[in-house]
Parts: sequence; C-alpha cells; structure tokens
Amino acid sequence: MAKVLLEMKNITKTFPGVKALDNVNLKVEEGTIHALVGENGAGKSTLMNVLSGVYPFGTYEGDIVYNGNVCQFHNIKDSEKEGIVIIHQELALIPYMTIGENMFLGNERGKKFCIDWNKTYSEADKYLKIVGLSDSSKTLIKDIGTGKQQLVEIAKALAKNAKLLILDEPTSSLNETDSKALLDLMLEFKKQGMTMIIISHKLNEVSYVADHITIVRDGSTIETLDCKEDDISEDRIIKGMVNRDMTDRFPKRHDVEIGDTQLEVKDWTVYHPEFTERKVVDGVSMNVKKGEVVGIYGLMGAGRTELAMSIFGRSYGIGISGTLKLGGKEVILKSPKQAIEHHLAYVTEDRKGNGLVLTNSIKHNTSLANLKGLSKNLVIDKDKEYAVAADYASKLKTKTPSVEQLVGNLSGGNQQKVLLAKWMFADPDVLILDEPTRGIDVGAKYEIYCIINDLVAAGKSVIMISSELPEVIGMSDRIYIMNEAKIVGEIKASEATQENIMSFIVKSGKED
Amino acid sequence: MNNYSVKNVLKKNTMIIVMFIVYIFFAVMTHGNIFYASQFTALITQNAYVFVLGTGMLMCMLTGGNIDLSVGSFVCFIGAIAGVFSVLKNVNTPLSLLIVLGVGILYGVLLGYLIAYLNIPPWIATLAGYLAFRGAGTEILTKVSTTSAISDFPEPLLKMFSGRVFETSSGVLNIPCLAVGVAAIVLVVVNNYRSRNAKFKKGYETEPMGYVHAKSILEAGIIGLLTFKFAMDGGIPVVLIWVVAIMLIYNFICEKTVIGRHFMTVGGNAETARLSGINNKVVMFVAYLNMSILTVIASLMVTARFKAANSFAGQNFEMDAISACIVGGVSAYGGSGTVFGMAIGAALIGIINLGMSLMGIDQNWQKVVKGGVLLAAVVFDIWTKKNSGKK
Repeated sequence: MAKVLLEMKNITKTFPGVKALDNVNLKVEEGTIHALVGENGAGKSTLMNVLSGVYPFGTYEGDIVYNGNVCQFHNIKDSEKEGIVIIHQELALIPYMTIGENMFLGNERGKKFCIDWNKTYSEADKYLKIVGLSDSSKTLIKDIGTGKQQLVEIAKALAKNAKLLILDEPTSSLNETDSKALLDLMLEFKKQGMTMIIISHKLNEVSYVADHITIVRDGSTIETLDCKEDDISEDRIIKGMVNRDMTDRFPKRHDVEIGDTQLEVKDWTVYHPEFTERKVVDGVSMNVKKGEVVGIYGLMGAGRTELAMSIFGRSYGIGISGTLKLGGKEVILKSPKQAIEHHLAYVTEDRKGNGLVLTNSIKHNTSLANLKGLSKNLVIDKDKEYAVAADYASKLKTKTPSVEQLVGNLSGGNQQKVLLAKWMFADPDVLILDEPTRGIDVGAKYEIYCIINDLVAAGKSVIMISSELPEVIGMSDRIYIMNEAKIVGEIKASEATQENIMSFIVKSGKED
Repeated sequence: MNNYSVKNVLKKNTMIIVMFIVYIFFAVMTHGNIFYASQFTALITQNAYVFVLGTGMLMCMLTGGNIDLSVGSFVCFIGAIAGVFSVLKNVNTPLSLLIVLGVGILYGVLLGYLIAYLNIPPWIATLAGYLAFRGAGTEILTKVSTTSAISDFPEPLLKMFSGRVFETSSGVLNIPCLAVGVAAIVLVVVNNYRSRNAKFKKGYETEPMGYVHAKSILEAGIIGLLTFKFAMDGGIPVVLIWVVAIMLIYNFICEKTVIGRHFMTVGGNAETARLSGINNKVVMFVAYLNMSILTVIASLMVTARFKAANSFAGQNFEMDAISACIVGGVSAYGGSGTVFGMAIGAALIGIINLGMSLMGIDQNWQKVVKGGVLLAAVVFDIWTKKNSGKK
C-alpha cells in the first residue's frame, strides 16, 4: 500500500441546528485520484472546506493528518502553504483581468510592494503550457471560454506548488470535449506524482479517473471503494448514495381530483445572460395539471431555477424561445408583473436574496406582490393589510409575536412561511416552489408539505423544484428529471424510486 | 418587551431630544437671543429650502441610498431662467412659473432616463449636472448683468414664495396666524386620540393613554409656541405653508400609498421588488423627476427670499439636503427613512446654524461643527442598531 498523504480522522462539523459532518473519516494515498461522491448537501463541500481551512481549526472536531503531521489550518493561506489547493465549483476568476494577473492574485510575483510583471507573465506562460493552454497569459479572462477558464484555475493552483489538488465539480460547466481533456490532464498529473481529490456527480467520469471512491451520505462517509478490487458499477454507487430509510415524513394528500392542464411549456430554450452562447435551458417541454404537484428533480446547476424564472415573466435569461400556455391559451409574459397578473407565482429558493425584504415587517412582505388587492386609487388600506397578514400568519402557523415583526428576525422556516403567504395572497393558479424546504428544520418542513397539500386541494397547481430525492418522491404526483439544461426523464411518483431517478441522470450524462 | 416604556420612547425619539438639548444649549449661550420671535421666522425662512430639497433627496435615498448632487447648481440655473423670463422679458408670473417648471421637468426626465434606463450611477449623472448647471447659470447671469445677478422680480412672484400671510407689523398680535395655530392644535390633538381609539376598537396594539396625553401636550405646546412667535413677528411665513404642505403630501405618499411602498421595497431589496412585479426602473425614474420638480420650488423660494437670482445661489444645497436625511435617520443604503425624520434632521441642522451665527462663530468653524454632527449622527445610528441587534 502506498504512503497515505492525507488522513482526516473523525471530523465532525456542526452549524447552528444542523450536523453537517458526523464523524467523517477519509484516507487519501499519495499519487492517486480519490473521488468523493454523494447527493447535494451530503457534506462533500463542507468536508473540503474543513480541509482547506475555510472553516478554521477549532470550529470542527477531529484531526487532519497531512504528510504525517497533525495540521491546524486557520485560513486558506495556511493550507496552501502545505500545498493543499482547492478549486471551487464556481470559477473565481476576475473577468477584466488578464490570465497572468488572475493566476498570481494574492500570490504576486516580485519584491515587497513592487510586482514584477515580466516574471509574472513568463511564469504564467510556463504553467499554461503545463495545462496545455496555448493562449497568451496577457489575454483577458472574459475573452476565453469556460473550458479554458477551468484550465487557468488549475494552472493557478499549480503556481501555488500544489501537492494535493482538490477539484470541486470541475466539469460541471464544461462541454464533453473540454471535460474529457480535463480528465486526461488529471491522469497526466497523476503520472507525475500529484495527488488529487475530485468531487463529482458524474459517475462515468469518476470511474474513468478515480483510484478510490468514497461515498458520502447525510454528513457521514458510508464506504470507500477501491476501483481495482471492488464493484464500481453505477448501480452499486447509486445504492450507496441514496440508500436510507423512508419513514413517515410526508403528510397524506387529501383526495384531490387532477383536472385539466393548467400550465404547459413547449421547446423552452433559455440562454445565459452573461455567457450568451451557453444554453441554460434546452428545449424543455413540460406541463402541470390542476390539482397536481409536479416535482422537478435535478442536481444543482441542472437549470431548474433558470427554467422557473424564465417562465415567470422572463425574470432570468436572454434569447428565450418556446411557447407557454396557461389554461390552454398561449401567453407571452414579459415581466414578473404580467406573470402575476396571469396568476403565476414563483416562490424563490433564495428567500433572503430575492424573496423577502428582511428589513421590512411580516405585514409589508405579505402584501408586496398584491398591493393592488389592498388599495383603492393607490392608497393602501392598512387595516385590510394587517388583517390579511395576521390571517396568513395564523393559517400557516408562523411563529411570531405580531405581524409587525421584522422578517429578518424570524427563523428560516418562518421566513419561508411568510414568503409562501406573500405568493398565496397574490392569488395564483400555478405556484412554482423552488426548493421550498431548503435550510429549514424537520418540523417546519412537515408544515410546508401540509401547505402544499392544501394548495392543490384548493385547485391550485404546484411545480416543486427540489434537490432532495425523498421529498420529490414523497410529495409529487409526477416527476420530471432535469440534467444539464434538459428534461431527461418523466416518471409517475408511484413508480419512482431513488435508484431509478438517479439512473436517469447518470444515463443522460453518458449519452452526451 | 414594552414598546412604550420610558426608555424605549426616549430611544425611538433620540433626535428630537437631541434637538431640544441643542436648542437649550444655544438659548443659554446666546443669552436667550435665539428665543426672539424674529429668530423663529429666520429659522424657517433660512432653512425652508432644506426641508423641500430634503424631501426630494429622501425619495432618492429610499430607492437604495442614491443621491442627487446637482440640486444646488440647478437651484442657481432655475433662478437665472426665472429672472430672464419674468424680469428681463417681462413674461407674466403664471407663464414664468410654467416655464421654469417645464425646464425642471425636462431635466428630471433626462436625469431619470439616464439613471433608470441607461443605468448610469446616480452620482456620476448628477455630478455632470452639478458642473453644467453652475456654469450655465453663472454664464446667463454674467451675460445679462454686470453684477452677476437679476433683481427686481415682479411682486406677484415674490409674494408666492416669500413674505407673510396676512402680514401685520412686528410686535402686533397677528389674529389669522393665531386662528390657524389653534386650528392646527385641535386637528393634531383630536387626530392623536381618534387614531388611538380606532386602533383600540380594531383590537390592534395600542399605545398607553399616558403616552397619547404626553404626546398631545408636547405637540400642542410646540405648535402653540411657534404660532405665538410667528403671530408676534408679522404672521405665518409663506414658505412655512409650502414646507408643511409638501411634507404632509410626501408623508402621505410614503406611509399610505402603493407608490411609497414601491420606493421602500426597491431600496430594501431590489431583486425582491423586481420579482414581486414592481418596475424598478419606473421607481428610479420617478425619484429623479420628482427631485427636479422639488428643486424648482426650492429655487423659487431662495430667489424670492433674496429678491434676486445670484450666481452663487444654491451652493452646497445638495450637501444640506443629504445631511438632513442622514441626521434624520434615513438609511444611507435605502429602504428606510421617513419624511418626519428628515424634517427633524433639517431642523436640527438649522438650529445649529442659527445658534452658531448668533454666537458669532466663524463660518469655517461652523462647517467643522456641522461635519462633526453628521458623523456623530451616523456613528450613533450604527451603534444603536448594533446594540438592539444583540438583544
């Protein structure tokens, strides 16, 4: 057995109210590629953040043994000094700086206060050559594609004398050719003795490069497979990723009759607002009927939020094409205002960022999307506003002393209820709920599920976007599976299992 | 927690208390000079423009801490335009007013378009106006007059923006003024009790009776004092009517209308506003159009007060308006602030100006003190917010 370069022993990391990592153990051998796989929120990124010092020593329990020494990293600089370099999923390059400037950001070449630009660019070119990039290091980042940007990130890591390179979803924004090239580069590095950890959802890529695969689930390491000895078929890995007991976590649906089609999109295509050539939604067709809960499952970055927001009055994306029918009639919704007028509601996944005004009261947040319904000649009926807010607070069991309370002072679950109240008051026929239970505790989750059941019982249609498989299966009537901007499968909830849903995604990754 | 405990009431109204303390301080330091009836009139007439511009600036700041640097220069420019038409070209007063209002709207539309639709940062767009209008205004005035000023404005125009209502000579009790004062007291006090009663009937959280009594007595006292002082000094200043009317209108807009709520929301969280069906661009556009129109009114007030359009008119007015907002607790990041708060800020700065002038403090030192007050207000604001967050 080769020398163990890194060992993480009994790592436990708690956030307020959540145990993100529970007694995690990880061993990485020198000169190998080690893959971490698991669902969204399983704890992979948290683990890597502990390793790289993003969560400093003392905020977690357990030991990091690197190169035979117990390490105490207080920040990223500390871990980088030891040669542990992490490349995050979201590229952290500055568009209006050159490749060279980006590569040595915070790691500038030169003496004291004076940057030596000749040295910077000549060294940058040297590293670019290693990663196989022929562009000059004086090119601006914005002028090269995402595939090349990813290579720049790797060159940047090499410039820091990386001994252990961590790649978090390195191919998530790359096309097939670029992905293949990147994976081959990793194998090349391995030959030269580099150690790497790769986090990926794409199991075919994992089995292509990895020597060991560690499966993480619900904050614990489940098992580590050796690619030479163990069965590493996709079914085997998926079973490890999702296998958990489904207890009675979902309230029973009332007897609801599913009616006519309420919302239908056909060939819906959306482009990224900044990287204008990238399709974020690609020819999606889907529908939801009256009284139905339709789940959209997909991994992060699959294009689910983009799909929802582009339907909701084109509030995201450019170059939107395709048809949208509401109640059988084709409509063109050019702004969120028009979408609301057509009884559509989008309940955002980012309640703090674009769902609520945290510095305003529950009352003001509840009425926000439907001030029209409260006012006469633009003058707000404040009594009515108070009554409406109080009514929703009691119906949805929002825990608060009064509706005058600022939303910023509420817990995540209660904020989510205020957000739901806001959109329920806007009187929608179709509600798109984007990750409605993200970051809230189990009790509040159950209450949100009850609200969803009440909504469809009242004849509304619900589209529920979620990254949690049990939730999608437990709450939906029908499930669409989305991956890499496309709908890759549709399945009745009664026939759905965690395994067959995951296999849709894995298979679609292969076909590419 | 009791919202109406003495401690919390004091905390909520800190700026008002500071204002009283500062006033008493100057009353002592000026041996009571600040308490003369004429000084009350001076306080209003000298600072009326701050209230008007502060209201406009408040609306801009609500949308996300945005400011307008061009108001001071635009005051000068509008004064020059008004002078050219109503004095040199002998255009009658209503038409002159329409012309300057038209110019104001034109600039407001342009500014609103640049900021809301072309996404030019407000401070850059208005910095251009700050430079251009000072230059243009001065150029017009130096071209037409050797003294760089236009005087001899027609009487009807001056009467609309200066002087007193039902003027009597100083020292004689002005009866109409007293009548208005008494009516205002009755209105305010009755309103206090009625709104409390209404809240009580609907079962809302109400303030304790003692609080309403105290508030009514205090408000009646202040209005009564002002009324008496104005009545002894020739009557109610015309600009006071403008100021009160503008503040009541904008207070209503901010507190009770959909438009006001849209302003608060855009400043509170622009993305939330957009996804809630609010057109953020329209809100920004209206904020700057409104600012320009209020600037026209402020300019006419200043011109009428000096009975002349000067090339130095309006210098630093933008800073006065911004200071009034900041001292009055308007958030520099947008989303929160009230007309009443801004007015307290404006009054506090006005009192400090007047007091220091009466004490004979040098202009330069006055600026130093005002800068200190501004900084203190912001630091105090951050400090109290931090403390309340801990609880």
